[in-house]
Amino acid sequence: MKEISCSTITEAVAQLAIKACCKLPHDVYAAMEARVKTEPSPVGQDILRQLVQNADIAAQESVPICQDTGLAVIFADVGQDVHITGGDFTQAINAGVAKGYVEGYLRKSSVCEPLFKRTNTGDNTPAVLHVRIVPGENIHLRLAPKGAGSENKSVLKMLVPADGLEGVKKTVLDAVVTAGPNACPPMVVGVGLGGNMELACILAKRAAARDLNSVNPDPAYAELEQDLLQMINKTGIGPQGLGGITTALAVHIEWAPTHIASLPCAVNINCHAARHADVVL
Amino acid sequence: MSESQVKHITAPFDISTATSLRAGDSVRISGVILAARDAAHKRLCECLDAGQALPIDLTGHVVYYVGPSPAKPGQAIGSAGPTTSGRMDAYTPRLLACGLRGMIGKGYRSQAVVEAMQKFKVPYMAAVGGAGALIARSIKKYTVLAWPELGPEALALMEVEDFPAICVIDALGNNQYEVGQAPYKTL
Repeated sequence: MKEISCSTITEAVAQLAIKACCKLPHDVYAAMEARVKTEPSPVGQDILRQLVQNADIAAQESVPICQDTGLAVIFADVGQDVHITGGDFTQAINAGVAKGYVEGYLRKSSVCEPLFKRTNTGDNTPAVLHVRIVPGENIHLRLAPKGAGSENKSVLKMLVPADGLEGVKKTVLDAVVTAGPNACPPMVVGVGLGGNMELACILAKRAAARDLNSVNPDPAYAELEQDLLQMINKTGIGPQGLGGITTALAVHIEWAPTHIASLPCAVNINCHAARHADVVL
Repeated sequence: MSESQVKHITAPFDISTATSLRAGDSVRISGVILAARDAAHKRLCECLDAGQALPIDLTGHVVYYVGPSPAKPGQAIGSAGPTTSGRMDAYTPRLLACGLRGMIGKGYRSQAVVEAMQKFKVPYMAAVGGAGALIARSIKKYTVLAWPELGPEALALMEVEDFPAICVIDALGNNQYEVGQAPYKTL
């Protein structure tokens, strides 16, 4: 059985936080650079150019791409043959978030309680942690900082089977149109289909955090991803909502088996700063 | 965007400058602007509710909806792009009535805000959301004015030089989000 210490986990999470917030993934960077050439709107082109320039500055100076360095969303796939030593796993994750956000000059955007006090926790903890136990003897961590501009435009619709494909398309399109410039387009749109209420939402989040150029392995869903992307790019919203054909860079769908009476459809939008960083321990 | 199309303005400004901006104009702002977002807006309105003086006379000022990331040593400010303006809508008409003369943020505004903008002759400008590292280069100084306990949400003053923005809703109610999107809508 492989041993991984909590201090190793903390240090890895701290480094992931800084990397994710300051360095735009290459696939997202390349996609924006490519869209400068295909976007017909001069304002849209100018915005895309500025976003590429912004990513360059952030990487060179190790400053955040966007000041909203988000809540730290962490997907942890923990191998069942790993023995975590020297402390508590969740505490180790949170210690890493605190270290990364404080030492990396990242913004602390977490408040202790949602309604009455709303006092800033001061170190961006706690993380939003999604753990899966998987075969093997590694821990795979993906840290995906998520800002509120796009997160606030999330939608969950408990569709029914009769709503079908058209219901899904309408739900996704309505979410994108309602979000408009507020979600900082060009967006990455994550869609979670099936499961139940909470599973659909987690699937949408996983979809939004997928690598930009990844496609759903099921051809029917891969085709739907492309159909939705084309529809979204015909809304006219464009970069920052000022008009154009580059409203989304990608649509990602994740799905799960569901109840005979249900068709849950969750939409989680990522802004153009579609940030994430990974490590395998 | 060629430099000839860009309007250079100095903040704070008067009503004639406010009404000279048109939806779609590219703007570069120099001078001093306010920084405030959700929590500072709430506190400003609580001051008004309590009949207390605001920490600063808003007359002629431009407010930038921003919660910057912390400055590294040697920097004036960290990343400092706009936050979503719509969350300030509930507070905005009252602040416009107090003399606030311009707003910078991103995203749609409510009908009530647009009506108040026309009444008080106030333009709304957008900065590029998520371009916080680039925008920070035009911010030369960041000074907390009130409520430091709010951290990134404190009320602050910013010295800016050629701060880049686009007028999206002008004082006449023209809306560049609508005008800009229409030609590309093919659905």
